[in-house]
Amino acid sequence: MPDANVLPDATTTDGALLVLAIVLPAAGVLLSFVLGGRYAERIASVLLPSGFILATIIFGDVWQSGHRLVYIVGDWKPPLGIALRADGLSAAMMVAMAIVICAVAIFAHADFGMRAGSVEARAPFAFWILLMAIWGAMNMVFLGGDLFTLYVAIELLTFAAVPLVCLDGRAETLQAALRYLLFALLGSILYLVGTALLYGSYATLDIVLLSRRVHAEPATLVAATLTTIGLFAKTALFPLHLWLPPAHAGAPAAASAVLSAVVVKGSFFIIVRLWFDVMPGLLGPVGAQLFGALGAAAIVFGSVVALRQQRLKLLIAYSTVAQIGYLFLMFPLALDTASAQLQGSGALTGGMLQAISHATAKAAMFMAAGLIYVVLGHDRIAELGGIARAIPMTIFAFALGGVSLIGLPPSGGFLAKWLLLEAAVATGQWWWAIVMLAGGLFTSGYMFIVLSSAVAPSGEPLKLRVAVPRYQEAAALTLALTSLLLGLVALGPIDILQVGRADSMMVGPR
Amino acid sequence: MTILSAFDIGLVVLILGIGASTIAAREAFTAVIGFVVYGLLLSIAWVRLSAVDVALTEAAIGGGMTGMLILGAVARLRLAKGTDTRASLPVRFAAGGLCALVAAGLAIAILSPPEAIPTLAPMVMENLAQSGLGNPVAGVLFVYRALDTLLEKVVLILALLGVWSLAPDSVWGGIPGLRVYAQPSSTLTFLAQLLPPVGIVVAIYMCWVGAKEPGGAFQGGTVLAAMWLLVMIAGLKNVPSISQPWLRLLLVVGPVIFLAIGLAGMVLANAFLDYPSGYAKPLIIAVEVALTLSIGVALGLLAAGPPERVQQQ
Repeated sequence: MPDANVLPDATTTDGALLVLAIVLPAAGVLLSFVLGGRYAERIASVLLPSGFILATIIFGDVWQSGHRLVYIVGDWKPPLGIALRADGLSAAMMVAMAIVICAVAIFAHADFGMRAGSVEARAPFAFWILLMAIWGAMNMVFLGGDLFTLYVAIELLTFAAVPLVCLDGRAETLQAALRYLLFALLGSILYLVGTALLYGSYATLDIVLLSRRVHAEPATLVAATLTTIGLFAKTALFPLHLWLPPAHAGAPAAASAVLSAVVVKGSFFIIVRLWFDVMPGLLGPVGAQLFGALGAAAIVFGSVVALRQQRLKLLIAYSTVAQIGYLFLMFPLALDTASAQLQGSGALTGGMLQAISHATAKAAMFMAAGLIYVVLGHDRIAELGGIARAIPMTIFAFALGGVSLIGLPPSGGFLAKWLLLEAAVATGQWWWAIVMLAGGLFTSGYMFIVLSSAVAPSGEPLKLRVAVPRYQEAAALTLALTSLLLGLVALGPIDILQVGRADSMMVGPR
Repeated sequence: MTILSAFDIGLVVLILGIGASTIAAREAFTAVIGFVVYGLLLSIAWVRLSAVDVALTEAAIGGGMTGMLILGAVARLRLAKGTDTRASLPVRFAAGGLCALVAAGLAIAILSPPEAIPTLAPMVMENLAQSGLGNPVAGVLFVYRALDTLLEKVVLILALLGVWSLAPDSVWGGIPGLRVYAQPSSTLTFLAQLLPPVGIVVAIYMCWVGAKEPGGAFQGGTVLAAMWLLVMIAGLKNVPSISQPWLRLLLVVGPVIFLAIGLAGMVLANAFLDYPSGYAKPLIIAVEVALTLSIGVALGLLAAGPPERVQQQ
């Protein structure tokens, strides 16, 4: 047992990359703000790909070395200072989110591109700055080794995400944004109160130090409850999902993609950090079953409501509510019954893979829905007839995204659900297996409704309002293919998710 | 019972009373006034708890700035004459239930404290001398946890961008719709001429003293913002359009200098946001000065609201 007061780690070689992953987006935001809208897209088009390269370098480092990267900010070790840490989970999520954000940036050029020589316009100026801010906030969520730093990160995420919802300025999107803001701020304040209580009990907010000191006592349990409910609200876990469908369905397509694919994963990741890394022994069987039950309710409710939607974008948004449910099934499945500890097992791998595969698939589907809206001028599911002939590549991307959501091989969704099912069988919790299978059935149901309508011949010749740029279709298709082929990570890099986990330090370079 | 404990009990009763009356208030305007008073009382409570930094922040941000923002919202609601906005009974019950649960949770946590309450305070003081600072709060904000402070300033800029993004496309880059009461020889004009010199000196003092005593960039910035707003509302100075380059520059100058000094630390000192030894205090004061300006402008513009009209030629 290491001494609880020994400082846990020191800056590793290449640790400075972690600083860069937070500084680059921040610099991009500040620079775009002062140089103005005409340069914002150009700055983003340089920085976002660099962010992707940076994430892959970090990923490679973590995978090769089998150890996490650490950077001690300001040369002050925790508990006084802040450490940034990249373990396997952070590295994998960073790469996945960088891919989605880059694809969204390409897609968004059509809607938020800067016209040469024109004056600064509102929506592009806001969009590019907010996109870079989301990228930075997500990196901070993945790398932050301190619960208050994570608070700043989700604040950054919230204030970057909410304005995206009402970027087109219609009254109903304003209302959706305001509702989102209220839920998100409530979540923030609950998280902050919980963090303050933890500091009061243990005099540190560093994740590693806290994990050594934390034990079940009233203040800690209250703190854990408050932070978790707060993060549930931000993640839109049923029954705190009320804000999500109008917000995600009303936003411009590029914004919907980034909100549904990326932003909700931020608060989810903090929940994982909190329960798997800070207090793996505190959830217990009852808490874990409760998490799972909320997830199951989200799957059933989200899917059933999605089946009844008339509008494509709302259907996709409710599908997000359901898919978020899957993320919480991993908690009861990852609980080791002997030690009553959450363990970084196959279930955790499955859950994180589900997060990544949903991110890529859902971004592709929202992009496809956006293109359908542009072409038809509406997104009524019943009137989609003929669209598959007009923009086949887009419909193909939408279908591939659906394949991953349903969980057909070789998609990432397949591998994720396979790992979760395996854990359900291994731990004898058959009821979660039923929920997962039923969810797959529901998902096939609403995908079938949309696709059958899309491939149906149209009664009258389809009037295409505008031609869709090829690169937009390509961006959606790339993400859908990524999601489809994600299952192949089973052949290699999937082990990275275990790097840096306390209970599996034996993972070495492959 | 000493006079002080009698004062404390009275303060607590007053805070609870004002809190309850703010919730019970039927008029939005009454509730806002209650909220401002509540903030001021809370800041007295913080003084009694010897947390002067928190008290200053609570008075400036909790009571002053937030009160001003909500008052602006109430004024706009009156203009908009919207439909009945009173929340439905189930919503009110849900809100009440949630608040009660949180309060119960907090009560459990506070009433069963650990045997020895651990704290980092001695460690903070021990290491403070290295930086040349005297105020431990400034030490936490600018030395130990500078990363959080830096990124919070970025959050402030995003919040402002969020407010601006509510403007109609046609007036983008225009002038915020701050309501101006320009009446020469009114009391407002008199105050707007009298107070700013004093306020600016106070702001500079707060920013400067923050390194040693309670105070700092956020408190100084708030005073600066209040003075600027006073001058603009009285019509003595025009509200600037949001596309002005100098305005944008002032908004980011604080975080940019902070970031630059932080990056320089990777080369000239041992780490990002580490200060070269011997230069910590001057560098931190430079950062605080820049941040005071940025925070002042950002808070002023947050209160001024989204652009509403384009600049007259």
